[in-house]
Amino acid sequence: MHIVDGALSNEILAIGAVVGALGVAKGLRDMDYEQMPVTALLASVFFVASYIHLPVGVSSIHLILNGLIGLALGWAAFPALLVALLLQAVFFGFGGFLVLGVNLINIAIPAVLVGLLLRHALAITTQKRQLAMLGALAGGGAVTLTAFMVAGTLALNGDAFLPAAKLAFLSSLPLVVIEAAVTAAAVALIGQVKPELFAVAARTSS
Amino acid sequence: MSAPLEHSGFSWRGQALRHGSSRLDRIEPRARILALASFAFVAVLSQSLSVLVMALLMSISLAVVARLDIKRVWRRILAVDLFILLLLISLPFTTPGEPVFEWRQFSASEEGLIHALQIGLKANAVLLAGLTLLGTLSANQLGTGLAGLRVPEKIVHLMLFSVRYMDVIGRELKKMRRAMRARGFVACTNWHTWRATGYLIGMLFVRSLDRAERVHKAMKCRGFDGRFFLLPTPPWQTRDSYFLGVWLLALAALCLGGLQ
Repeated sequence: MHIVDGALSNEILAIGAVVGALGVAKGLRDMDYEQMPVTALLASVFFVASYIHLPVGVSSIHLILNGLIGLALGWAAFPALLVALLLQAVFFGFGGFLVLGVNLINIAIPAVLVGLLLRHALAITTQKRQLAMLGALAGGGAVTLTAFMVAGTLALNGDAFLPAAKLAFLSSLPLVVIEAAVTAAAVALIGQVKPELFAVAARTSS
Repeated sequence: MSAPLEHSGFSWRGQALRHGSSRLDRIEPRARILALASFAFVAVLSQSLSVLVMALLMSISLAVVARLDIKRVWRRILAVDLFILLLLISLPFTTPGEPVFEWRQFSASEEGLIHALQIGLKANAVLLAGLTLLGTLSANQLGTGLAGLRVPEKIVHLMLFSVRYMDVIGRELKKMRRAMRARGFVACTNWHTWRATGYLIGMLFVRSLDRAERVHKAMKCRGFDGRFFLLPTPPWQTRDSYFLGVWLLALAALCLGGLQ
C-alpha cells in the first residue's frame, strides 16, 4: 500500500501534502493531551500490525487495520498514522519522504470516514453479532477505499500507469476479506471487554 | 520453532538497521533532517538520468561513510524494489513511443523505459539517503531534532509515546504469540486464523490500553501534565554547518549539471 518516492507526478505530491497537512491539523486540534496515550497506542498498533503476516495461498499479506484505527480515533487517525508512516519510512524504508502526504491520505481518509460513519452505531451496542457486523463493515470498507485510492493516485499519473493501478487494486482484494474478518473479531472483542473505548471516542469528537 | 506466521520481521528490533560508529554520528539531528529534505527534493524533482545516477552515487557514498550494515540495508532495499518491480516492468510496455525491443506482440517504448529507470533511481536514492541520515538516529534524537525544527510539539510527543508503546506492544505480542503456539495454532488461509488474529489484536489492544492507563494515572499522581520535557537539543556546532554546507553545495552542483 505504500507508494515509493519518485513514482508520482509533482502535482499529486503537492495535493497529497496539502490535504495531509490539513487533516493532521484538524486531528491535532481534536486531540488533547488526555487522548495522547490512546492515539499513540493505535499508531504503534498500526506499526506492529504491518509485521503480522497472514498466509494467502502460497504468498502472504500483512494487515493495515485502518478501519479499527478510524473507529477508535476519528480525526486523530491523521496524526497517529502520520507518526506511524514517518517511523516506517525512517527506520524501515517503507514508502518515502515526499510521498508521505499521499500515503497518509490514502490510509487516513478511509479511516476517518469509517470512524465518522460507524462509531456512533458502535457506541450504543454491546451485542456481539452487531459489533462483529460493524467491525467487518469498517475493516472491509476502509481497506477497499484505501485500495481504490492507491489505484486512483497511480492512475492519475497518466494512462501508462493504468495497468499497474488495476493490478494493485486486484491484488489487494484478498486483503479486503481478511481485514473485514480480522477487524470484525477485534471489534467484537473490544466492544465486549472494553466498550468504553468506542463510547468515549464517540463522545469526545464528533 | 518457526511457524508459518512467523515472519522474519515479527520483532521490529531485529529489523532495525545496524551501523558501526562513524563520523556521521556526531552530526546533529537537525542538520541531518535538513540534508535529507533537500536531497529528497532534488532527487524527486529532477528528470535527467545522469543527475539521478549521481544522486544515487551520493547516497551510496554517504552510506559507506556512515558504515551501515550492508546485509540489513540490502534486505530493506530488496523489499522496496520487489514492490516497485511491478510498475517498472509494466511501464515500458504501456507508454506510447519509440519501440526499443519487442516481446511477443508487445513492444517496449524508449520513453517508458526511461521513465521506469527514473522511478527506480529516485526511489533507491531517497531510500538509501533516508536510511543513512535518519535511520541511524535513535527515535529520541529524531524527536528532539524535529522539535528543534519547529514541528508541532504534539506530533513530537505523539511520536515519542508511540516509540515507547511499540516496544511494549511488540513484547506483549510476542508473549501472546508464544501462548498461541503452545496451544498448537498454525496460521492458514481460513476463518479460524482470521478470527484468532482479530482476537489477538483486540486483546493486544485491551491489555496495552490497560497498561497505558495505569502508567498514565501513576504519572499524573506524580504531577505529569501531559508533556514530556524534551532534552535540550544539542547545540549547533561548526561541524554541522560544514556538513550541511558541503551537502547543499553538492546538491547545487547536481542541479547545475542537470541544467546543462
